[in-house]
Amino acid sequence: MNSSNIGTELPPTAVAFIESAAASFQKIPGSAIVIRYIRSSYQNDPIRSLVELFLFIFAVRYLLAPAYSTKKTKNVHLTEDEIDELVEDWTPEPLAGEQSEWEKLENDRIPVIIGPAAPKTKLQNGRTVTNLASYNHYNFASNPELTAKAVNTVRTYGVGPCSPPGFYGTQDVHMKSEADIAAHLGMPACIIYAQSFSTISSVIPAFSKRGDIIVADKAVNYPIRKGLQISRSTVRWYDHNDMEDLERVLAKVVKEGQGKPLTRRFIVTEGLFENTGDVVNLPKLVELKFKYKFRLILDETWSYGTMGRTGKGVTEHQHVDPNNVDMIIGGLAGCMSSGGGFCASTEEIVEHQRLSAAAYTFSAALPALLATTASETVTILQEEPSIIQNLRENIRAMRAQLDPRSDWVICTSSPENPVMLLVLKEQVVKDRGFSRQEQEFLLQDCVDECLANGVLITRLKSMPPALGSSPRDQEKEWLPRPALKVCVTTGLSKKETEKAGIVIRHAITAVMKGKKWQR
Amino acid sequence: MPAIRALNPFASSPTASPDTAILSEKEPIRIETRETTPNKQGIRIPRPKFSLPFSNSNPKTAKTTEPQQQQVKLEPPQIPNFRPPSPQIPTLSLPTINLTTATGEKSKMEKTEPLTLFSPPTPAEARRIAKQHAAFGPLGSKQHLYSSRFVGDEFPEPIEDEPPYYYLITTYISYLILIIFGHVRDFFGKRFKPDHYKQLREQDGYAPLNSDFDNFYIRRLQLRINDVFRRPVTGVPGRFITLLDRQSDDFNLSFKLTGTTTQTLNMSSYNYLGFAQSEGECAEAAEASVKKYGISFCSPRADSGTSELHREVESQVAEFVGKEAASIYSMGFVTNATIFPALVGKGCLLISDQLNHSSIRFGARLSGAVIDMFKHNDMLALEKLLRERISQGQPRTHRPWRKILVAVEGLYSMEGTMCNLPGLIALKKKYKFGLYVDEAHSIGALGPRGRGVCDYFGINPSEIDILMGTFTKSFGANGGYIASSKALIDKIRINNAGTIFGECPTPAVLSQISSSLRIIAGELSPGQGEERLQRLAFNSRYLRLGLKRLGFIVYGHDDSPIIPLLLYHPAKIPAFSHEMLKRKIAVVVVGYPATPLISSRARFCVSAAHTKDDLDRLLAACDQAGDVLQLKFSSGIAGGQEPLHDGLTNEKEVEIRSCLEAGGKPAVVPPRWRLDDVIRRGVQDVKQPLT
Repeated sequence: MNSSNIGTELPPTAVAFIESAAASFQKIPGSAIVIRYIRSSYQNDPIRSLVELFLFIFAVRYLLAPAYSTKKTKNVHLTEDEIDELVEDWTPEPLAGEQSEWEKLENDRIPVIIGPAAPKTKLQNGRTVTNLASYNHYNFASNPELTAKAVNTVRTYGVGPCSPPGFYGTQDVHMKSEADIAAHLGMPACIIYAQSFSTISSVIPAFSKRGDIIVADKAVNYPIRKGLQISRSTVRWYDHNDMEDLERVLAKVVKEGQGKPLTRRFIVTEGLFENTGDVVNLPKLVELKFKYKFRLILDETWSYGTMGRTGKGVTEHQHVDPNNVDMIIGGLAGCMSSGGGFCASTEEIVEHQRLSAAAYTFSAALPALLATTASETVTILQEEPSIIQNLRENIRAMRAQLDPRSDWVICTSSPENPVMLLVLKEQVVKDRGFSRQEQEFLLQDCVDECLANGVLITRLKSMPPALGSSPRDQEKEWLPRPALKVCVTTGLSKKETEKAGIVIRHAITAVMKGKKWQR
Repeated sequence: MPAIRALNPFASSPTASPDTAILSEKEPIRIETRETTPNKQGIRIPRPKFSLPFSNSNPKTAKTTEPQQQQVKLEPPQIPNFRPPSPQIPTLSLPTINLTTATGEKSKMEKTEPLTLFSPPTPAEARRIAKQHAAFGPLGSKQHLYSSRFVGDEFPEPIEDEPPYYYLITTYISYLILIIFGHVRDFFGKRFKPDHYKQLREQDGYAPLNSDFDNFYIRRLQLRINDVFRRPVTGVPGRFITLLDRQSDDFNLSFKLTGTTTQTLNMSSYNYLGFAQSEGECAEAAEASVKKYGISFCSPRADSGTSELHREVESQVAEFVGKEAASIYSMGFVTNATIFPALVGKGCLLISDQLNHSSIRFGARLSGAVIDMFKHNDMLALEKLLRERISQGQPRTHRPWRKILVAVEGLYSMEGTMCNLPGLIALKKKYKFGLYVDEAHSIGALGPRGRGVCDYFGINPSEIDILMGTFTKSFGANGGYIASSKALIDKIRINNAGTIFGECPTPAVLSQISSSLRIIAGELSPGQGEERLQRLAFNSRYLRLGLKRLGFIVYGHDDSPIIPLLLYHPAKIPAFSHEMLKRKIAVVVVGYPATPLISSRARFCVSAAHTKDDLDRLLAACDQAGDVLQLKFSSGIAGGQEPLHDGLTNEKEVEIRSCLEAGGKPAVVPPRWRLDDVIRRGVQDVKQPLT
C-alpha cells in the first residue's frame, strides 16, 4: 500500500480519509499479521485477488438478497379488483347433485326392518319375511346365551370405550378376543380393529409405502382398492384368480426389479371374493409367493367363520399352514354377529400396526360387548363345528334350487360360500342385449318380486363411479357383474331354505318372462 | 364427621383453611398416612405453607394465626403422600346424622329425606353406590355448575404462551442427546446383537417391513417410554378408570400383567358428558336393546342393515344438531374417510385445516380432489388461499373449480382450540365454499345445550353445509354421523361406501346414542342432561383456570374440555405420567409425532362425571409434579393473573391482548399461585373471564 503513489491522483480529502482509516486499522490488535498475510499471499497473483473479490461480492449480495420462494408458481398475475370480480363470478356446483332415477329407486327400496334381523324378519310394511339378506349365517345375532353375555358386558364395561386403543382404550376384553382369534387361526398374534370394512384399508398402507410394489387380483373388493390407493405403492393387477397370469406378473416385477434396491413386495387378494363369491387357490398362491419372494396379504373377511372345518377360513379349507400367509385380515361383523375386524400375523407385524395403522390408532376401540361376543362366537365355532356342517347343507339345498335349475342365472360363488351370488347367464345378456344398468334394474325387479313373495334378498352393491371421473377412467375400472345376493342361514331349516330357493327361482323366471324385459 | 365436609366444602366460612376443603373427603385415610409417614417431606416444604391466601399480593395483612396452625397440622400428609380420594367404601361403621341446622346446599340425593343428612348404607347398597360414583361422581354443590357460550363479535385466538428460551434450548438438546445415544446403541447393537436388528435387514430376498430409518424413533425414543402408552384397562371408563397393572422385564419390549389393578382418576377418556356408565338410563336402554334386537344386524345399511332403530336415531340426531337429515355409521373414522369421496372428486378443491384429524386426511386423499391446507385457525391465511385458488382456477387447465369444500374441526383434540366459526361463516358468505365441520369432540361437549360449536357461538346450523360428529366421545357409544340437507343425505345414502359396505351400528350402540341424546335434550329424566352439560362447562373452566394460576402453560380456548398442559422436554413425558400414576391419576401424554417436536404435552379430558374434589386432587397432583419437574413456566400472558378489583378483570385481558397485537410486551407477572388459593378462589372466579 503505497499511499504517496495514490496521493498523486486522488483529492487530498480522500487521501486524508484513507490515511486515517489505515491508522485506525493499524490500531486494531493483530492487524499487522493480517496485512502481512494479505501481502504475502497476494503478491504477483492478481487473478486470485480478483476471484476472491468476486466471491466476496457474491456472498454479500447473496446475503442481502430478499427471500424468494423456491416453489415455481405458474399463476396468472391478477390485481385485487380482478380477483374480487372472479370471486363474485364463480358459482360452485351444489354439494349434492340431483338424485338420479336409479338413486331414487335404490333409496326407496332399502328395506327397513322392525325388531331383530332374525331369519324371519318383520318389515316396516308389517309383513314378516324370510331374511336371506343378512350375513347372520349362524343366527348368532339373537342367540340367547350370547345376548346374556353381551348384557353382562354392558353392565360391567358400559357401551363405548370412549378412547382410542393407545390412550387407555385397550380393555382386557380386547386383549382376550385378540388372543382367542389368534389361537383359533393358529397364528402368533392378532390385532382388533373397530370396524371390519376399514380394517384392510388401513393394514395395507401401514406396510406398503411409495415405491413398494403390490400385485393384486383384479376382482378385489372396494376397501382393498382404497387401501392400495392410500398406500401410494405401485400396483400391478393380475386376472381374477388366474394363477398363470399371476406368475407372469410376479416374474415381470422381479425382472424389472433386478439391479435396483430391493423394495417391499406384496400380493393382495381375498379368500372368498366379495364381488364374485369364488375361492382363491391358496396352495398355488403360497407356492408362487415363496418362489418369487413376495409377502401375502389375504383378506378373509368373507371366508373367516364359514370356510374350513372349524371356520378358520381358506387356510383350513385348503389345508395351508396359516403361518405361510403373512397377514390374514378377517371380519367379525358378518357371520360372527359381532363387530370389528382383525389382522392376524406375527408379533412384529401386529405391533407395527398398533402404531401405524390409521384406523386403529386414530379411532376409538371396539365396544366391549362386541369384543366379548367375538370371543364367544369363536369358541362356539371350535366347540360345535356341526353348525358349520348344517350351514353347508342349507347352502347345498339352496344351490340345488337355483344354479342347475334356473334357466336364467348361474351362481358364481364357491360351493361352501353362504353368500350366493347369482349373475345372469352370459347367453341371456347377449340375447337380450342388456347393458350393465339394465341388468341392475332387472335384478332389482327380481329382488322386489322375491320380497312380494315373502323372501328378502338383496343385490350385490357396487360403488358408483367416483365423482368427476371421466367415462374414460370408468372404462378402465374393473366392475363386478351385476348379481343377486342370497345369504343362507342355519336359522332356517333345510325345508324352509328349499322353499325360499323355489320362491327366488320363480321370481327370477317371472321377471325374465315379464313384458318389461322382453326384447 | 368428615363426610359432611366432603359433600359441602363450600359451606365452611371463607376464612377457614382451604386445605381442609381438599383434604376433607378422605380424612380417615389421610390421618392414617400422616401417622405412618411423619415429616418425611421436610426437605421440600413449599413456600405457601406459612402464608395466608393472597399473601403474596398483600403479605402484611396475613397475620391471623389461628388458621395457620390448622394448616401446619394438616399439611404433612398432603404434600408427598397425597392419597387420592379412594372410591372404596369406608369400612368404619358410620352413624346416622340428622340435619338440625341447615347451613349449606344439599346434594340431589338428600332431597327425598330432608331431615336425614347422612345415614349409613347397607353394605350392598354401599357397594352399588360406590360403583355408581366410580363411573359418575355426585355433584358437590350447585355452585359447581356453569353454562358457557360465546358472546361477542370477533372470536379471539387463544394466547399461546411460550416458555423461557432455556426450556426450548434444553428440549432440543434433550432430543439431540437421545438421538446420539440411539445411534451409539445402534452402532454397537448392530455389531454385537445382530439378531435384534433382523427385521430391519433384507432377509433372504425379502425387503424389511420397516425401514431402519422410520423405525429409529420408535426403537430408540418411544420404546424408552412405552409403558405410558396403551395401558390396558378394565371396567367402565367413567370418572375413575381401572388400570391393569403391568410390568416389563425387557425394557418395555413386552409387558406382563401382574394380575393386580389400580383404580385411577380418569383424565384420559373422551367421556365428556359422563355417559360411560354401566348403570342408569343409557345402560338400561342398551340392555333392553340387546335383549330385543340381538347383538348385531349383521349387514351393511344398504343391504338389510337398516332398522327402525337406525331411522329413529337418525332423525333424533338430525333434530339434535338442527339439520334436516342425518346418516349414521358404525365408526367415526370411517365416517370421515368415506364422506369426502361422496362429496368431492376430480376438479374440486378441498381445503383442510393444518391440524385436522387423520381421518379427514384419509378421506381427502381418497376423494381425488386437490387438497390444500391452511394454518390452524388462521382466517387470514384461509382467505388468502381462497382468493388465490378461486382466481387461478384449477391447476394447469385454469378452469373454474367445480366445488370448494373447507373442512375444519369444531374442537381440536390435541390443542383444545375451537374453530373460528364466525370467521368461517363470514368467509363462506363471500367465497361461496361448502363448509364441513367435524364435531367429533365438540358435539355434546360445547354449547349451553350441548349441540356443539353452532350452539356455542349461537350460529344457526343451517349456515353450515355439513355437520359431522362422532358418538364415541360425549355419548359414550361408538360410530359417527353426517347431518346435512335432506337432498345431500339422500344422495350419500346411495353413493357413500360407509353405507354400501360398512357394517351398520349395532342395537346396543344405537340405544346408547338414543338415550343419551334424549337425556341431553331433557326428554329423559329431565334436568339430568342440563346438569351434565353445566358440570362439564364448570369443570373445564375450573381446571383450566387452576392450571393457569398454578403457573402451567395450557393451550386452547377457555371453554374447551380438552386441556393440554405443555411439558416440552421429552424426558418429562414419562416423568409426568409416572408422577400422576403415583397419585393414581390416569393422564394421556403425547409427544412427537402427534405434536410438534418441542411441544410435548399432557392432555386432560374433563368430564361431567368429575367432581370438583377430583379436579382439586388433580390440581394438587399437578402442583406437586410441576414443582418436581419444573413445569411452571408460564409468563402470565395467557391468563392466571392475580385478580384485580371487581369489574377490571376483563379490561386487563383486553389490555394485554391489544398490547400483544401491537407487538409490545405487556407487563404481566408470572402467575404462581399457591394451591390453596387456587382452590379457594376457583369456584367464584371460574364464572369470570379466565384472565
